[in-house]
Amino acid sequence: MYGFEALTFNIHGGYLEAIVRGHRSGLLTVADYNNLCQCETLDDIKMHLSATEYGPYLQNEPSPLHTTTIVEKCTLKLVDEYKHMLCQATEPLSTFLEYITYGHMIDNVVLIVTGTLHERDVQELLEKCHPLGMFDSIATLAVAQNMRELYRLVLVDTPLAPYFSECITSEDLDDMNIEIMRNTLYKAYLEDFYKFCQKLGGATAEIMSDLLAFEADRRAVNITINSIGTELTRDDRRKLYSNFGLLYPYGHEELAVCEDIDQVRGVMEKYPPYQSIFAKMSYGESQMLDKAFYEEEVKRLCLAFEQQFHYAVFFAYMRLREQEIRNLMWISECVAQNQKSRIHDSVVYMF
Amino acid sequence: MAGGGHGCCPPMDLMRSEPMQLVQIIVPIESAHLTVSYLGDLGLLQFKDLNADKSPFQRTYANQIKRCGEMARKLRFFREQMTKAGISPSAMSLTQTHIDLDDLEIKLGELEAELIEVNTNSEKLQRTYNELLEYKLVLQKAGEFFYAAQSSATAQQREIEAQQVFDGSLDSPLLLEQESLADPSKQVKLGFVSGLVPKEKSMAFERILFRATRGNMYLKQVAVEDPVTDPVSGEKVAKNVFVVFYSGERAKTKILKICEAFGANRYPFTEDVGKQMQMIDEVSGKISELKTTIDVGLIHRDNILKNIGHQFEQWNHLVRREKSIYHTLNMLSLDVTKKCVVAEGWSPVFATSQVQDALKRATYDSNSQVGSIFQVLYTKESPPTYFQTNKFTSAFQEIVDAYGVAKYQEANPGVYTIITFPFLFAVMFGDWGHGICLLLVTMYFIFREKKLSSQKLGDITEMTFGGRYVIMMMGLFSIYAGLIYNEFFSVPFELFGKSAYACRDPSCSNATTVGLIKVRSTYPFGVDPKWYGSRSELPFLNSLKMKMSILLGVAQMNLGIVLSYFNAKFFKNNLNIWYQFVPQLIFLNSLFGYLSLLIIVKWCTGSKADLYHVMIYMFLSPTDDLGENQLFPGQKTLQLVLLFLALISVPWMLFPKPILLKKQHQERHQGQSYTLLQSTEESLELEQDHSSHGHEEFEFSEVFVHQLIHTIEFVLGAVSNTASYLRLWALSLAHSELSTVFYEKVLLLAWGFNNIIILIVGFIVFVFATVGVLLVMETLSAFLHALRLHWVEFQNKFYEGDGYKFSPFSFALLGEVED
Repeated sequence: MYGFEALTFNIHGGYLEAIVRGHRSGLLTVADYNNLCQCETLDDIKMHLSATEYGPYLQNEPSPLHTTTIVEKCTLKLVDEYKHMLCQATEPLSTFLEYITYGHMIDNVVLIVTGTLHERDVQELLEKCHPLGMFDSIATLAVAQNMRELYRLVLVDTPLAPYFSECITSEDLDDMNIEIMRNTLYKAYLEDFYKFCQKLGGATAEIMSDLLAFEADRRAVNITINSIGTELTRDDRRKLYSNFGLLYPYGHEELAVCEDIDQVRGVMEKYPPYQSIFAKMSYGESQMLDKAFYEEEVKRLCLAFEQQFHYAVFFAYMRLREQEIRNLMWISECVAQNQKSRIHDSVVYMF
Repeated sequence: MAGGGHGCCPPMDLMRSEPMQLVQIIVPIESAHLTVSYLGDLGLLQFKDLNADKSPFQRTYANQIKRCGEMARKLRFFREQMTKAGISPSAMSLTQTHIDLDDLEIKLGELEAELIEVNTNSEKLQRTYNELLEYKLVLQKAGEFFYAAQSSATAQQREIEAQQVFDGSLDSPLLLEQESLADPSKQVKLGFVSGLVPKEKSMAFERILFRATRGNMYLKQVAVEDPVTDPVSGEKVAKNVFVVFYSGERAKTKILKICEAFGANRYPFTEDVGKQMQMIDEVSGKISELKTTIDVGLIHRDNILKNIGHQFEQWNHLVRREKSIYHTLNMLSLDVTKKCVVAEGWSPVFATSQVQDALKRATYDSNSQVGSIFQVLYTKESPPTYFQTNKFTSAFQEIVDAYGVAKYQEANPGVYTIITFPFLFAVMFGDWGHGICLLLVTMYFIFREKKLSSQKLGDITEMTFGGRYVIMMMGLFSIYAGLIYNEFFSVPFELFGKSAYACRDPSCSNATTVGLIKVRSTYPFGVDPKWYGSRSELPFLNSLKMKMSILLGVAQMNLGIVLSYFNAKFFKNNLNIWYQFVPQLIFLNSLFGYLSLLIIVKWCTGSKADLYHVMIYMFLSPTDDLGENQLFPGQKTLQLVLLFLALISVPWMLFPKPILLKKQHQERHQGQSYTLLQSTEESLELEQDHSSHGHEEFEFSEVFVHQLIHTIEFVLGAVSNTASYLRLWALSLAHSELSTVFYEKVLLLAWGFNNIIILIVGFIVFVFATVGVLLVMETLSAFLHALRLHWVEFQNKFYEGDGYKFSPFSFALLGEVED
């Protein structure tokens, strides 16, 4: 179908593309962030947000606000928008939209399993879950003792089931296992999503493969950095990298043997798109890496809106909104804890 | 004010927008609030935002706005509670007791706290109540299971026993009996859990239970008929009662966890029937007890809400008002000394004394020692456009504003639209039967105006209601045009005397005009009814309507051009008069004005000249003899002169204006530097007089291209716009043909059957077709075409429409915005 999207795209996707572009124009701008950063109290933030699209969601909140309330309401807005789009979507867009939430599902599964491991209350854990990644029997995860049970009891009914095939072991769950499970799941998810986008073809495949490749590379780097100094073997580490992306396959070989952050840097600097990210950091530093990656991601996501007639805008919009909510959370926390000097540390501007 | 609005013509209020002035008001800070409040009551001042660079929470009164927002939130909470309890707030009480904002804030806070407390109490009770209800259900349903299970078990047992008895009578081993008797004691003790689970989750619930226990469980479910109120969420949900049997402690913990995960409420249950009955009684007793408590709580809550409801509207009004006052105060700039605030805003000149009066009253009422200062500022900024409309003219003004709000004091096409719009509509919609229908509908709206305007209407009704006076005029003019066309649901009537024609002899049929002779003087008003149904009906009516459309079009376009003259004269722009208005007038009239003249001459003389031929050969071979197409002597000379004038007027429009503009610019540029040396103040005022070209760079090519486009647009537009007016004929034709079809092919056809049922059916179809197609869709299409003729063909001759509307700070407008 490549090349004919302009002819047929609007039959099913036109309305939703218009909707999502409309939502995009409601994202906060640099001017908004500047104003938000000058706020003195959380009420000021509420007052400023009431002039934006978040207004209706926050207007009925009684006055002593908490950061969690703000974040919760902002997320609620995103979820409402997502649900509306999902209701209106037809195949294959609806599947595409569902794919977007699988990442949250994996995170939620991991959150609940880790929480139960540390004997936290299930209700409390459920409140912390991202609403986009909820599924019916999520609370039942607490029953499972090992991965096999986890799979057999709960996950077999969820879309995550196929991703699980690689990590079914009868070992008892512990922190390390769970982390490996998260990354294996994520790897399988990204590869599946990637394949799905390739199948869709056209501009969707083109843009999504770029965005997903970036995601995969970022995860590869993060896995490497986080596994330095742990008992994870090189082969195991190598297995967690997704089998696509700019770093695949030679970069992965090199990353697998890295022993400290500067070696990672050495590997990454061979790839021009990542050179600029690492060029900003001084040697031996990994604190700012997250932010640098986020900034690069936001840049790429914004570029997705430059083309028409493809599904990547939905992915990009959801990601941008999530980034925006992260920003708002950071700003609110800084304001609430009177740490205004650190306010710019983690805010990623979009437009 | 600048300008010579009071020239030859009587003053027309709607023709020019109200003269406006930029005023500056300096108010001492203690009376600022009261001043803004009085000005809001007056509603004739549009404040300018003097703090545009500040974000909302950095402004002076941000705190008060936050407080108002908080109070508004509480009021919304009350409203929500009231709608939940089914109490509607009583209408605005007339006794406007003065309430202080601070008192109100405290009062609202107290009420909210009380309400929340009452709510949490009753919620707790409600929860217990719902739990008990669920428990009762479980007891009943589970009791049924056990009873059924027991009875079937005993039946089985009996069967077995019967078999054994039967067997026993034969030679059966005694051992078997012993075994079966010993069975119950050997049995593993089964545990069970009972409770309620939401219906839609029951399938998944069963599946998970099965998987978790590896099938070592027995689940029994029964649907509860009525939806049950969930104790946690308080919503009505369809639920299933379940009983799970399991064996072993590990299974129990798993099942309990799963129940928790699925939001299934568990309730204890005993196997003993006697105890069951006892428990049911106990629970029922508790339920009735709780019920009375809850009722008392509800009555208490309702009382609180009713008290709130009495004053709710008043409070709501007050809070909104205060919030808007603080918003306005935030737009004012605070003096450095913080003793007074400075307001700037637009106000109509006629309101000067009213504004000053309001300021004085505010100073007096707030016991301020210093009065407010009111002064008029001079500015180059273009003031907002403000027309004082009434309920009749406002709808017509809306039609114009929808295209673009008039530039400040520009000639307002709204004045003419009041008549021309319904008239052009009626030319397309000419049928006095349909006109009467429209009139009746709109009369309903107009007579019930007071009642309807206070309530919420549907989308389409609201639109119709808003345009009721437009529709009334359209109806009246349709009746008029219908009388001229002599059509009543497409049937001609002899209203104004007998037809002028009659048959020469009895044999002549209706279908031809050949046999007709004129027996009387011409039919006095409108089209002779004899034309209808004759063979030459269409050619005659087409010729009439086509020519009429051109006459109307040329007249309206001429009006547009004349208005451009009034504009140029008003703004003292001689260039536009001499190099735009005059050549435009000449061009249009030498071509299409001449055509109109020919049409009228042809009508008066009854000549058979071919006007197409005349017009076309006027361009192709102007020197040729007209021959039989000559309508009056000297026509050829006139044509030559007109053609020459038309050709001349094109370069006349194109070249002089940009060249003269350039010259003017150069002169002014020199003059400016000259006067600057003399005195700065005067030159500043001079600058204000020549507003638009003050500092701008003069780009000759740009101005020239602009003029070129303008000229081409006009020259081509003259032809295409005239042709565009032919839509009047086309739509009128379509309308009359459609109504003829409905009348003849439906009503007359049904009549022909002489059958009452067919007649009724035919009549119903006719009514629906008339209402649906002719009255609704045709009205809409004729409306749109009339709209287009006004927006495009009429207004492009003179209307700039790049102004902005005057939106004063007014409490009266507040309610509309918020709702």
